[in-house]
Amino acid sequence: MKVVRDTWLVYARAMKLNIKQPVWLIVMLVQPIYFLFLFAPLLEPMDGMPGFENGAMETFVPGLIIMMALFGSAFVGFGLIAELRQGVIERMRVTPVSRTALMLGRTLSTVTTTLFQALALVLLAALTGRLDVYWPGVGLMLLIVLLTAFMLAAVSLGLAIILKSEDAMAPVINTLVQPIMLISGIMLPMIMAPSWLQNVAEFNPFYYAVQASRELFAGNIDSPFVWQAPVILGALTILLVWWATRKFARAVA
Amino acid sequence: MLIETKGLKKTFKSRGKSVEAVRGVDLAVKEGEIFGLLGPNGAGKTTTMRILSTLIEPTEGAATVCGHDLAKEAAKVRRDIGYVGQHGGTWGEVTAREELVLQGRLYDMSKRRSQERAAEVLESFQLAEYADRNVKTYSGGQKRRLDIALGIMHEPKLLFLDEPTTGLDPQSRAHMWDEVRALRDRGTAVFLTTHYLDEADALCDRLAIIDHGEIVVEGTPNALKRQVAGDVVAIGVNGAPEGALALLRGKDFVREAEAGEPDPATGIALLRLYVDDGAAAVPELLRALDAEDIAPASIELHRPSLDDVFLKQTGRSLREEK
Repeated sequence: MKVVRDTWLVYARAMKLNIKQPVWLIVMLVQPIYFLFLFAPLLEPMDGMPGFENGAMETFVPGLIIMMALFGSAFVGFGLIAELRQGVIERMRVTPVSRTALMLGRTLSTVTTTLFQALALVLLAALTGRLDVYWPGVGLMLLIVLLTAFMLAAVSLGLAIILKSEDAMAPVINTLVQPIMLISGIMLPMIMAPSWLQNVAEFNPFYYAVQASRELFAGNIDSPFVWQAPVILGALTILLVWWATRKFARAVA
Repeated sequence: MLIETKGLKKTFKSRGKSVEAVRGVDLAVKEGEIFGLLGPNGAGKTTTMRILSTLIEPTEGAATVCGHDLAKEAAKVRRDIGYVGQHGGTWGEVTAREELVLQGRLYDMSKRRSQERAAEVLESFQLAEYADRNVKTYSGGQKRRLDIALGIMHEPKLLFLDEPTTGLDPQSRAHMWDEVRALRDRGTAVFLTTHYLDEADALCDRLAIIDHGEIVVEGTPNALKRQVAGDVVAIGVNGAPEGALALLRGKDFVREAEAGEPDPATGIALLRLYVDDGAAAVPELLRALDAEDIAPASIELHRPSLDDVFLKQTGRSLREEK
């Protein structure tokens, strides 16, 4: 099918560019590594306290992975803006290439790199020897990472095509991603929050992503978060990818 | 006809204001010709080209491109045209070969066919030597050749070139003209925009002059220049030019005369006179001015150029607008 073939072509080009600039992949890992070594030790005394029943590191590391997926994919729009400016997108839009593929190929390349980074971070955290990892759960957790990256990459590309400038893009992304991160309980579990903030968090899809990751990491497969997160994120992903694809197809760039 | 347009209009809306970039363009481009759209910046050249290459939809009007209706058969139009934007279409850490092969595949070529065609195109645009280097190492001329190579990978019937020589040094520019002529000689029609008078004159088989979103005049460069009868004499006079203008208009060998405003810096106003025989007219004109004690600050005689055509049609010089 044409969409599949074209998506593959766009994906292959994006991946080739990623591989030619491996520095970028490492840069995206630097921030979580700082958190792992410079912030996580502060939480160790909390081990076993409310919100940290699974263990301090076992609570923090899964959240950290979601944070990395959040930031890594929310910024891919910047690359698209550069390509818009250089006429790459325009050149492709004049060809019969599927409009959906132009957007999907790029999104999937971000999903690929994010999964790779998530896996690298899990391995690194495991190597520190300070936490227990329930490996079958990690497999399912990667599905949540995949959905997170898919959704945010699509949103980021959609915003990039509307805003068309890095200067407009940076504040929008920050305004959007910072509160999402803070009220998802990545840094500290939401159970420590006042009840009004907990209520707000329940409307944040990434709160479920973080909670589900924690339960999966600890092997609590029967926790309701484990099915709630993929359902909520899956529905949102479908919606937002559809939105971004439409924006992409119509974009006057 | 490869392109026929009827009343193309495009109005952009931004922050509550609407800008009429194109207001009623009627054009016809024939098979196998180099057709130029000449006009100052902001005249609507690029917008017209972007409409015809399916990148934006017109607000009003219709067009057929390569026999397909632009509004209803955009996908078919895309197969038959190539498009090279003002800033090209590639950059950074990709090689010419990778981009060309991908481009062919975006036009549904098989991988093998695309590789063969890429090798062919690299050869004919003298890029074979740099084919596997990253595009970011290319010179301006090499980059421009690659842009055009990308535009013709699928052997389109019609190639759109937006300001193909802007920013190129004179040598690369001359090369580019040769490339464009070679494309035409192989049967590809070329539709280009330019704000260079010499480019329109030397390169285009036919051209249309566009100003404020409207086609002012259309024809071959020679036919357009013939419309401006005879020779052009430009005389600079100090101060208000009305007296000199009235005087010279009265001469029977002066077909038409017009005067510009005095230049605020020098105080010199330019009179343009259209005469049948410029060489014979100059001494007569000088005598007439001398008799009235008007000393000309400068005098210049030239064959009509496309700038004179533009000036005659719009009352402004294309040279002055940069």
